[in-house]
Amino acid sequence: MSEEKLFLEMNNIKKSFGDLEVLKDISLSVHGGEVLSIIGPSGSGKSTLLRIATMLETMDSGSIKYMGKEAVHVENGSLHYAKPHELREIKKNFGLVFQSFNLFPHMSVMRNLIDAPIHVQKRDKEEVISEAKELLKKMGLEDKEAYYPSQLSGGQQQRVAIARALALKPNVLFFDEPTSALDPELTGEVLKVIKGLAEEKMTMVIVTHEMSFAKNISDRIIFMDKGVIAVEGNPDEVFNSDNIRMQEFLGKLKHE
Amino acid sequence: MNFITMLEQISSGMLNTILIFFLTLIFSLPLGWIIAFGRMSKNKILSSITGFIISVLRGTPLMLQLMVVFYGPYFLFKLPITNWRFPAIIVGFSINYAAYFAEIYRSGISAIPVGQYEAAHILGFNKVQTFFKIILPQVVRIILPAVTNEVITLVKDTSLAFTLSYMEMFTITKQIASTQTTLMPFAIAGLFYYIFNLLVSFIMRKLEKKLNYY
Ligand SMILES: Nc1ncnc2c1ncn2[C@@H]1O[C@H](COP(=O)(O)OP(=O)(O)OP(=O)(O)O)[C@@H](O)[C@H]1O
Ligand SMILES: [Mg+2]
Repeated sequence: MSEEKLFLEMNNIKKSFGDLEVLKDISLSVHGGEVLSIIGPSGSGKSTLLRIATMLETMDSGSIKYMGKEAVHVENGSLHYAKPHELREIKKNFGLVFQSFNLFPHMSVMRNLIDAPIHVQKRDKEEVISEAKELLKKMGLEDKEAYYPSQLSGGQQQRVAIARALALKPNVLFFDEPTSALDPELTGEVLKVIKGLAEEKMTMVIVTHEMSFAKNISDRIIFMDKGVIAVEGNPDEVFNSDNIRMQEFLGKLKHE
Repeated sequence: MNFITMLEQISSGMLNTILIFFLTLIFSLPLGWIIAFGRMSKNKILSSITGFIISVLRGTPLMLQLMVVFYGPYFLFKLPITNWRFPAIIVGFSINYAAYFAEIYRSGISAIPVGQYEAAHILGFNKVQTFFKIILPQVVRIILPAVTNEVITLVKDTSLAFTLSYMEMFTITKQIASTQTTLMPFAIAGLFYYIFNLLVSFIMRKLEKKLNYY
């Protein structure tokens, strides 16, 4: 896989909720093997951007392409999606890890992992199960496959959620504040897993409030403020930026 | 009339009571889903019409609804109602109970966090898969206690079939009691209903335990 390849292109995305302009003409691209972190104050539109990228939310204008194929664009104010079968293929390119895990509580850990590969991707059950076991091992959860989510700690649940997303073999994995629902002592185990994925060159887009983590694992960081990308660059460039909002943001974090 | 004959006659009515009970459940449990989907429809007209129907069905006596279903075809369309008595009872009960079940289903569905739908969507499940694999199993567990309450009420409500003089247990019991001038038939019938409901709650509690695996 060429690292030059553009996995995701979002162009001129605009989004308002009523009178509130949440995204003001945002464009971003993600290359294969890249780790992109998105930081910024609360309400700056980070989650909205991820939800639009993963098509949980519609946009008011702009276009989204995965692996060079257009998933959706807006023309004359209306959304134009790719043909249903193409769109289904395009959606296979990404996975999403939610802040609140959203595991299926009535399914065992194993079933959480294998249900979609078997029933959506129609893959061989035996193969899916053995891959799921590998994934759980990688997450340090090899002894938990028969457990139900409610029997696990938050950190364990989030690792199951990451494994569930990986079981579908996405090209890009999105994270929306994967550790902010966790007790501080549990964030480490989740961040470690994500770091491991970064080392394997998994393409990831991570919204996070964990600054040192973002600095540590990102190839590129985007600082969002009031619906625009205020600063963008490698970790050093972003953290040493003289953008006033960025400095205010870092200052506030230090004082917390 | 001796005790044994009384018991025999009342038990023959018991069979009809049980028949009303099961047929009502068989029709109203699924029908409730259809009504619930109508109520939750994004189509404003459909959802308000369904909402109105539900409120009428829950806001008027079942006894009155049974009368309307039974006599309606004749009064409105001059249709013969000779073989209509039993079907009318089943139709009346099923529609009435479906309205109650619909509201229970709806509250169960609204208790499922939106994140469950979003996770299912991202994983690629289609709408039908999402409903049957992800939503329904969770809803069933949430609503089971409320459904149990309705089912227990239904056991007792079957006696309302007496308003259409259908030969279920309560109708027979009343007849025997008035001809024999004794309370004994009521005691026997009461015991039947009571045991029936003990059984129902026992089974429902088993089911609840079974669904409490997570
Ligand atoms: N569905 C919605 N309807 C109306 N307003 C919304 C909706 N979703 C988000 N918003 C608003 O859009 C703005 C941006 O929200 P968003 O969740 O994208 O911010 P964020 O950068 O993720 O913030 P945080 O760091 O707190 O998660 C906020 O003001 C929010 O209240
Ligand atoms: Mg957010």
